[in-house]
Amino acid sequence: MATIRVNGRQRDVTSAPDTPLLYVLMNELELKGPRFGCGLAQCGSCSVLIDGVETRSCVTPLRSVGSKSITTLEGLPASNPVAQAMLAEQAVQCGYCFNGMIIKATELLSKNKKPTEPQIRTAMNGHLCRCGNYPRIIRAIQRAAGTTA
Amino acid sequence: MTSRRDFLKAGGALLVGFQLNAQRLPVAGPPNANQIDTWLAIHADNTATFYVGFAELGQGNSTALLQIAAEELDFELDQLRTVNLDTHLTPNQGGTYSSASIARGGPQVRTAAAEARQALLKMASDRLNAPVEQLTVAKGVVTGNGRSLSYGALIGDKQFNVAFTGKAPVKAPADYKIVGKRPARKDTPAKVNATYEYLQHARIPGMLHARIVRPRGQRAYGAGAKIVSINDASIKNIPGARVLRKGDFLGVVAATEWDAIKAAQQLQVTWDTTPSLPAFDKLFTQMRAEKVEDRLVLERGSIATADATHSVMRTVRGPYQMHGPFAPNAALADVKADSALIITSSQDVYTTRRHLSRILGLAQDKIRVQYAEGAGTFGHSCYDDCAQAAALLSQLAGAPVRLQFMRHDEHGWDLYGPAHIGECKVTADAQGKLTSYEYHGWQHNWSNVETTEQLTGVPAAEWPGGAASQVSPLNLGSMYVIPNLKLVNHKINVQGYPRAAWLRSPLDLSFSFASEQAIDQLAFQLGIDPYEFRKRNMTDPRWLGVLDAVVQAAKWSPKPKPGVTGPNGKGRGIGLGTHLQSWGAAVADVEVDRKTGKVRVTHMYGALDAGMVVNPGIVEAQITGQLVQTVSRLLLEEVKFNQQGVTTLDWNTYPVLRFEDCPEVTPVVVQRMNERSSGAGEETMAAGSAAIANAFFDATGVRMEDYPLTPARVLAALNKK
Repeated sequence: MATIRVNGRQRDVTSAPDTPLLYVLMNELELKGPRFGCGLAQCGSCSVLIDGVETRSCVTPLRSVGSKSITTLEGLPASNPVAQAMLAEQAVQCGYCFNGMIIKATELLSKNKKPTEPQIRTAMNGHLCRCGNYPRIIRAIQRAAGTTA
Repeated sequence: MTSRRDFLKAGGALLVGFQLNAQRLPVAGPPNANQIDTWLAIHADNTATFYVGFAELGQGNSTALLQIAAEELDFELDQLRTVNLDTHLTPNQGGTYSSASIARGGPQVRTAAAEARQALLKMASDRLNAPVEQLTVAKGVVTGNGRSLSYGALIGDKQFNVAFTGKAPVKAPADYKIVGKRPARKDTPAKVNATYEYLQHARIPGMLHARIVRPRGQRAYGAGAKIVSINDASIKNIPGARVLRKGDFLGVVAATEWDAIKAAQQLQVTWDTTPSLPAFDKLFTQMRAEKVEDRLVLERGSIATADATHSVMRTVRGPYQMHGPFAPNAALADVKADSALIITSSQDVYTTRRHLSRILGLAQDKIRVQYAEGAGTFGHSCYDDCAQAAALLSQLAGAPVRLQFMRHDEHGWDLYGPAHIGECKVTADAQGKLTSYEYHGWQHNWSNVETTEQLTGVPAAEWPGGAASQVSPLNLGSMYVIPNLKLVNHKINVQGYPRAAWLRSPLDLSFSFASEQAIDQLAFQLGIDPYEFRKRNMTDPRWLGVLDAVVQAAKWSPKPKPGVTGPNGKGRGIGLGTHLQSWGAAVADVEVDRKTGKVRVTHMYGALDAGMVVNPGIVEAQITGQLVQTVSRLLLEEVKFNQQGVTTLDWNTYPVLRFEDCPEVTPVVVQRMNERSSGAGEETMAAGSAAIANAFFDATGVRMEDYPLTPARVLAALNKK
């Protein structure tokens, strides 16, 4: 039994300590934000914020989390500007990568309120989108940052 | 309203939050498509559920098809919803492939909605005591004789009991208020706020977690995976983990997902490693030397006697490429002695059910297959293999299971888009008129028996048909006026090669890489601008329309001397292409680093004529995605293998395009409201492939014979010059 802090609440979980955080969030806590894409920290579909830092939950063992604060897509405010901008730009196709896209962009904008386009591309480069929506995602992040040309 | 519990009692969907707001009992489907009640249910609150037989794969068809239904019914779009495909609930409209949702499904949805409206107006006429011709409808409210009645009040949650004849008149496009407009997609709000129910979220009470156990990376199709020995004791430290086997089909189940993953990793299995695949560096030599089944696809005139004042011959080779759905496939199965429920991301639930029937030994009407969206699949990825494996594991375990393929399962056991060799010879007279065209294509067929079934002992078999798996005229000469033409397909048997199926715009990227480079080279030899050269040899207004549209968007300007290489390694190219239908044109801007061999596509322009486009915003997103994926496939993507198996098993060994290398994209929809809708899901990719190849030539003066254009391949080609 461990207690972790998820989206502002203390949650008791029973998964074994070596269980990657992803499976705890997805199966025990039934969250739909973080999701399985590769299990190898290569794609970004499982991303969560841990103490504000984008982290691949598929390779993060439960035991390493301790009392740190975990924020998933569900934990972002419903009106969060990144998600709203993704809708405004109609950037979503299958949407499976958008958990990671929104989490990563939220982290970026928390550190850099007005990123340039090259800064957005660099920050987001570890997140893959098989549908090919990168151009619209870039525009959406610019919109969220208020830097749309 | 059917409560979730009632629905579950009826053997219904187990997706959390899945609601069916209609008095509809599941039948061992497909439901009768000749009844209006099969297509829609109008609810008392004056909303409606429209039952659509196409899968939302991320392409937006669930919104566009409802636009068509709303238009004919005189509902607002937000008054309509749909449900996931389900063999016991939704009509069988065939598979969601070949860009068919709007092209094939749209007319059915339109006429069903029109017929329902006609029935509703008859009811309203009686109740309002006014002739049908004097009734008007807005937002599902009928007005006549000074009074109004909503559809919901007329029939809410009751059956129409009206035959679907397909004869009701439909609206004229000039009267459209919803079709042709750009409403936002209905599925996307839930996709950005973590409430969307992907298949990967579906759970069955009491289920076990399952993983398949196979060698990492497939062997040749037909060679299977042969178990030499298994050490069951190697997972005995994992409580409750069980090994399940039928023939050479092997899997594990455990109570938790992590235990299932560990058990699959840890289980010691000795596999037969006899080499079965071609040597990777001899692949094309072997393909070219195979005994083939030749088929004359099309012949007219005589290529032998054509004026060959100018002549170009190109040979190209295209690699195996994978679907690589961003989420590996998953499936849930609850197989009992006399019934089965399977939840899958199949593109075609009825075909999936037919195959499951064979494997499970259950009649088709005992099997219910439900669709839930996973990540974009882009063709026949491992969904059937995964559904079959889940079903078999549930049957073997005697319990419901959730099977999630790992990334190496999906990458390693995909049905790849097959490798292709194309030989294209094109001639023109002294005035620059095309005189002849000859194309020979070599590729193996698709594979028909899924790996799961094959491992249980069913022999591998070829796909029985399929125009999209062979040389097709559509991308090979048909856009031009050419008096003499010959197209030949050289089919190789799939056995002995990696297994294969349709991958978005099947073979087309290779076809156009060959054909449109040959056309471009002729223009270069003649000293004619490549846009001008194409235009001179075309008369079809649809092809000319997309060509002019893309040239206009890209501000194409003829160079004083076409094809002259810029010293800065920048180039621009143009290309035409399509898939089974529609008309596509593209322009690409590229930069080639001559020192490193790195090719960067900086801008893609793509124009698509798909007839009447129901939602241009959605189609613009489709064009953008197609062109970005085309850049990825032209520059990076290549399945690799050695004779023991496929070796590209993750995103590092099979890289795809990332943010930093993504081009700007300008999509252009050529809207034709009075033409039949055709496909929009894959029809600019061939044009994009050609445009990139021709831009590379413009930048370097070198014609590439192989793709992807990796730095090593580019440097070798530049140095050979």
